[in-house]
Amino acid sequence: MNNIAAIFKKEFRSYFNSPIAYIFITFFLALSSWLFLQGFFLSRQADMRGFFSVMPWMYLFFVPAVTMKLWAEERKLGTVEILMTLPIKDFEVVLGKFLASFALLGVTILLSFSLPIAVASLGDPDGGPIVGGYIGLLLMGAAYLSIGLFASTLTENQIIGFIVGIGLCFVLLIIGQEFVLFRIPSPWLASFFRYLGLGTHFSSILRGVIDSRDLIYYFSLIGFFLYLSTLRVQMQKVG
Amino acid sequence: MIEVKNLTKRYGPTVAVDNVSFNAKAGEVLGFLGPNGAGKTTTMRVLTCYLSADEGNATVDGYDVFDQSVEVRKRIGYLPESAPLYLDMGVIDYLKFIAQVRDIPKSQRQQRTKEVIDICGLESVIQKDVGELSKGFRQRLGLAQSLIHNPPILIMDEPTSGLDPNQIIEIRNLIKEIGKEKMIIFSTHILPEVSATCSRILIINNGKIVANGSPESLAERAKGGEVVDITIRGPAEKIESKLQGLNFVNEFDCVNTVDGLLSYRIASEKGTNAAEELFQLVVQNGWSLTELRQESVSLEDVFRELTGESVNKEVAA
Repeated sequence: MNNIAAIFKKEFRSYFNSPIAYIFITFFLALSSWLFLQGFFLSRQADMRGFFSVMPWMYLFFVPAVTMKLWAEERKLGTVEILMTLPIKDFEVVLGKFLASFALLGVTILLSFSLPIAVASLGDPDGGPIVGGYIGLLLMGAAYLSIGLFASTLTENQIIGFIVGIGLCFVLLIIGQEFVLFRIPSPWLASFFRYLGLGTHFSSILRGVIDSRDLIYYFSLIGFFLYLSTLRVQMQKVG
Repeated sequence: MIEVKNLTKRYGPTVAVDNVSFNAKAGEVLGFLGPNGAGKTTTMRVLTCYLSADEGNATVDGYDVFDQSVEVRKRIGYLPESAPLYLDMGVIDYLKFIAQVRDIPKSQRQQRTKEVIDICGLESVIQKDVGELSKGFRQRLGLAQSLIHNPPILIMDEPTSGLDPNQIIEIRNLIKEIGKEKMIIFSTHILPEVSATCSRILIINNGKIVANGSPESLAERAKGGEVVDITIRGPAEKIESKLQGLNFVNEFDCVNTVDGLLSYRIASEKGTNAAEELFQLVVQNGWSLTELRQESVSLEDVFRELTGESVNKEVAA
């Protein structure tokens, strides 16, 4: 616990010691607010659907940018050699780094609360979908982060980590979309793909009902990619 | 304290460490010496649990580096080559981070941090970020990091590479000072460094240990005999025929003749007091002696002899 906390603190502070956190938060909020407000005044409806529906695509480009440095930079600088010879278990490092990136995303999402407040002052939105939407944002965000973190363990080049992260998230996102499912002949396979899709469970949470299936999906996906990251880190010992 | 048995590590088809075995006891300062790419770093990385080995085993303080790696890591302070540090962290923040992961109780962290800052001479930079530090200070911070938990074993990979001569001497003195209480293993390819600081030397070449002993004993085994440089004023023919007649002289070479001064390099049998005998010879014959010097066989000779083959290959390539 102590070790995870130490890694968490180091990584979280490192986001704010460099411009990364500020640039990330500013552009994430600016872009998502812009995309939302653009449609909001046209639709003349006091809800947040527009905001949530762009999120799977916003995450696609923003989240891997948060995780790309987590391992790639350690390897590039060589600091991984000190880190991995400290008396600390591999999964503790992975978890600490993951939680730090999650905290940065959490701060960002918290700061976007100005939007629902603005919406509530303009009309009378239904609270359920908004609360559900925010919980969904955190869950889906954590899933993207775990994938991005894994991509970062694959390389010592941050750009490669970033693009591979986008690629992995992209594949997992589109396999759940109607556009792809429509072309799959086997209905069994189609429903399996729909289940695997990163956005599928988010849209079901958006309806305001949090189903245990959706929770299980996100938690197992996160667990799976954190496990893969740990394996990958252990593999590097083989040289 | 450290026992390494038949350690082998391969990177694909290359054998980086080839069946290496050695022991090290508490209180020893052990120098790994060898040309670049000899396997020094790989051996250290296995000992510090950063890499796993393909064959063989290694224990530190009785703990296996593969199965009980966390216990091993607790007992080792490690400074990797060129001191890789987080550039965006403050010096103090960095030491605090290491102290926390090193499980130093909260009440002692402040004091331990202050101690290593003193030992490593970091007072003047504690307000700075690591990225602003010069190479020498980064090396010291790396050393501070490896000492903060007061480990019984300190492993350093090329601690003096890239430093200026003054910094090199400072780091060497630090190593000597720390070596009084701790076991130290460090690698270098600078020869005077090991003779200046080590109690024992392992010469590694092509992944194998080719020599293991104290600096003195290694120098001694370098050559079977002694070398004497002598400069005499006298008749060349007579001198040479007399030298030929001495039974302890293995061979001699006229290296220089200037204004009737004859300089010879004489290789003699070991333990014959060649210098003294030569002095007597000069006196008996009424020549005059301007220089007489017994060459001490240096570590450099041992090093070249043991690793020369690979150096030549490198040059040829």
